[in-house]
Amino acid sequence: MEKSFFARNPSVLIFIGCLALFTIGVTAMSEAMGTDVISTSFLKTLGKTLCLCLVAIAMDLIWGFAGILSLGHMAFFGLGGYMVGMWLMYARTEMIVVASMANAEIPPTAQEVVDAIGTQIFGVVGSSDFPVIWAFADSLFQQLLLVVAVPGLLALVFGWLAFRSRVTGVYLSILTQAMTLALALYLFQNDSGLRGNNGLSGLQNLPGADAIPQAQISLWFFWASAFALGLGYLLAAWVVSGKFGSVIRGIRDDEARVRFLGYSVEGYKLFVFTLTAVIAAIAGALYYPQAGIINPAEIAPIASIYLAVWVAIGGRGRLYGAVIGAAFVSLLSTWFTGGQAPSIPLGFYTINWVDWWQVLLGISFVLVTLFAPKGIGGLVDHLTGRVSPERYGADLGPDSGSLQEQEAEK
Amino acid sequence: MTRLIMAALAALMLCVSMAAAQDSPIQALLQEHRVLIEESSRKTIQPAIDALRDSGFPEAQAVLEKWQAKDLWQREADKLFFFVEKVDSKNYRLLDIATGEAAGEFPKKELNQLKPNSGVRSLIGAALVQFQLMAKDPAKRIEALDAIQRDPAAEHLVALSGAIAKETDPDIRDRKERLVRLLTISFGETEEARIAAIESFKGDLGVDVRGALNPLVATSREVAVGTLPEGVNIAAVLKPGSTAFSEAEAYDLLVSKDLVLPRITAADRRAALQENITDARVGGVPVAQLNTEEARERAYQALAEAGLVRAAATQAQIAEALAAHVFFEKYAEPSAAITEAANDTLSSINTQVGFNQFIDLTLDAMSLASIYFLAAIGLAITFGVMGVINMAHGEFIMMGAYTGYVVQQVIPDYTVSIIVALPLAFAVTFAAGVAMERLVIRWLYNRPLETLLATFGISIALQQLAKNIFGTQARPLTSPAWLDGALVLNDVVSISYIRIAIFVLALIFLGVFLFIMRRTRLGLEVRAVTQNPRMAASMGINPDRINMLTFGLGSGIAGIAGVAIGLYAKVTSELGSDYIVQSFMTVVVGGVGNIWGTLLGASMIGFLQKGIEWMNPSNTLAAQTYMIIFIIIFIQFRPRGIIALKGRAAGD
Repeated sequence: MEKSFFARNPSVLIFIGCLALFTIGVTAMSEAMGTDVISTSFLKTLGKTLCLCLVAIAMDLIWGFAGILSLGHMAFFGLGGYMVGMWLMYARTEMIVVASMANAEIPPTAQEVVDAIGTQIFGVVGSSDFPVIWAFADSLFQQLLLVVAVPGLLALVFGWLAFRSRVTGVYLSILTQAMTLALALYLFQNDSGLRGNNGLSGLQNLPGADAIPQAQISLWFFWASAFALGLGYLLAAWVVSGKFGSVIRGIRDDEARVRFLGYSVEGYKLFVFTLTAVIAAIAGALYYPQAGIINPAEIAPIASIYLAVWVAIGGRGRLYGAVIGAAFVSLLSTWFTGGQAPSIPLGFYTINWVDWWQVLLGISFVLVTLFAPKGIGGLVDHLTGRVSPERYGADLGPDSGSLQEQEAEK
Repeated sequence: MTRLIMAALAALMLCVSMAAAQDSPIQALLQEHRVLIEESSRKTIQPAIDALRDSGFPEAQAVLEKWQAKDLWQREADKLFFFVEKVDSKNYRLLDIATGEAAGEFPKKELNQLKPNSGVRSLIGAALVQFQLMAKDPAKRIEALDAIQRDPAAEHLVALSGAIAKETDPDIRDRKERLVRLLTISFGETEEARIAAIESFKGDLGVDVRGALNPLVATSREVAVGTLPEGVNIAAVLKPGSTAFSEAEAYDLLVSKDLVLPRITAADRRAALQENITDARVGGVPVAQLNTEEARERAYQALAEAGLVRAAATQAQIAEALAAHVFFEKYAEPSAAITEAANDTLSSINTQVGFNQFIDLTLDAMSLASIYFLAAIGLAITFGVMGVINMAHGEFIMMGAYTGYVVQQVIPDYTVSIIVALPLAFAVTFAAGVAMERLVIRWLYNRPLETLLATFGISIALQQLAKNIFGTQARPLTSPAWLDGALVLNDVVSISYIRIAIFVLALIFLGVFLFIMRRTRLGLEVRAVTQNPRMAASMGINPDRINMLTFGLGSGIAGIAGVAIGLYAKVTSELGSDYIVQSFMTVVVGGVGNIWGTLLGASMIGFLQKGIEWMNPSNTLAAQTYMIIFIIIFIQFRPRGIIALKGRAAGD
């Protein structure tokens, strides 16, 4: 008899357990519960980190399991944020506008309300008309659908074009990077309809929740992020555990062989690409209400590359690796760039971490790639005694990956 | 006795000086027109000015200038004209206008200052132009021409025509003749002369011509009741409701001519309603119901009927008014023949301008292409030949640019510093490239995706290092003076020398690359290692060494490109990352592993970007977006680039 899903994947239960403990612990220490150990701003940072862990899982699925180094997933993340941000901004501005117009002697017409909202939102880019893409912004449900639909559709179309023409490897990476750049440049324009480089702001204020303190709202978002992360982890683990997982790992290791075995490689790739794009978008939709502001700089290619960095440092090809990497690096990054890390005086020069953190990150990234390709997650292998053979020296055979000199000597 | 003699002498001298003053021909001329000059009226003064202007006396210009500047004085005793010099607050020394000799000191009250009014002064100014046009100094003549061109007037036309015959300098003569034609367009006496002048400018690219012609074809929108009026130079009949002329515009025109009742805007109506609220009702409509436009219109009409607000036109009235009027565009210029000739000439000019703009755009595109080519040629070696993705390539470009900046801090002479900076930038980035290849890349040859990530790590470290060393603000890399300015072919086509220099540099690089790859031992070995490293190794080539040198070469070229790019863009730590995606695009679109492909790719991207910018000139961001989308689609059809390698060299 086949063992159950959880029995085959013990790490899932361990992860869910850890996440639940973490969530309960943080909740107990949060400001909203009156204990005040964790400030609201740090609670937000933790909530955002959970969202980053979720997008890292998506990245791990596409890169660590399917072998596609996408440098565009933060674009889907940002798009998700934009979609939810549109509703947040519209609904909140509507409330403000309606409240201010209620004092007028003559009740406003529906058109006047919409015009006033438009002036409020787009005044900053010198416009007052609602662009077409805001057509659904007045409905939370429709806009939440768009959170999934817009990035999903973009990923579907882009992936279909790219995989169909058999663009693989580094070419695909560059192509996804180009897509991200194109999107970011487009959003930077003032007439893109999404407020140009001002982006959408004030997203931390939920419409109609002015009476509820931020501490409480942050906690809700923290719970939602934790729940989404747990669900996302479960989904990803389920996807990679069965036959489907075997096929996409096969594609990663030798695409041509899988194709000759009769699998529709393009279909599998497209599915994983779109699925991960949707996961990224959901993560983004949870992230930006906690961050409060989104602008096109968040979509710049560099963000997607950082995502790859997190996954690589955490250890790709294992889901908990991605989570560890994203949490570890992003929290460390917040610590260093926030000016909390102590400076190191060298006598002739003082190392100020705000300036040198990027250098440290870059170098440690090179070191991880060179010496610890398994990343932090590789430590788990050491603990469990799963050590891969030490392979040094030149290849003996004609292909890479064949038996190597020092292995043969043993 | 002595006193007597002195007095006699003084009297004699006065007589002599008076006689001399009276004798000079210019004084005689002034005396002849004395009455007119004293009267100093714009209507009558012209003969006096003309006489002075046409007198041919060398002093005439000075007299006119002084007169215009209110520096010409008249002695009351004998009505003679003098220049003066101030002695003290009460006394002035008179100077003879012909000789400039002193003619005694007089108290102010015995003198009269001529104070021509502004009308007279401008007439004098016009007369003076002729003197300037004939001045000995060519610079003065050009100055006068510039002045006329800035502020053309009918009276200049005569002066200018008169000044052509005696002109010796052929360039200035050409300019004068051109200016005469230009002035004739606006101020010619007969219609034929004006039309001839207009037609003589067919195909002329000068901005001044368009400046002179455009007012002729300027139109204004007019309206008439019933039928089109006779005797008006009509450009076009307008139909209300067409795209160029909406009904609202038509009605606004009628309103602006006070022909109909004005409409009322939604905001005004709202304000009017607000003022007339009585017992929570407006015009019989409850206030709470006023949340639709229809209800508001109803309420407003009720108010208008009660006479509380001014009446506003209803939709039916608007339609009726529009039907009752004809709308047309009228030329300000009354003569149809002239507007027709002007339109003809303008359209021929526009064709020429369009053609020249196309040439200009082509030149722009070529220079952009050469910049992309320069940025990408290093990548064409590391990525194209070796298959190594170097994300730090952009940072090598940045390092080259900063090297140029540092060299300029040490060597102040810009020409020398550029000559030093180019090889130094090559050396610095070559060393950096070799170090990177030895330390990082050679361990990752079989793992291209990890090379991408590792070099990216180096890229962010280098970028931050540059920020720490040089700060975040942009550093200038100044080009030598001989690269300043632009090569101007005509008023439309021009290209800056620095872009020409970059273009030439790109060509040189192409040549150097081809020479190294095809004619040197290194190139042979590089090609061998690229095609089959193991076979090359068994032939006695050391692949490690070749890889190192190839990578160093590609990086070194990036450094030189950095100096070139830094010359026209500001040097910042983000300089490289601005180019990295485009550079990869260039290599991928062109076809990996082929320098001609890179050249084609750079040209395609350069031309494409300029083309899109031309279609949507306000928005370079959109141009880049559309270009990238185009490239993504292009890759669909030629996944291996424009020039795809075939056979074994193609690799996977």
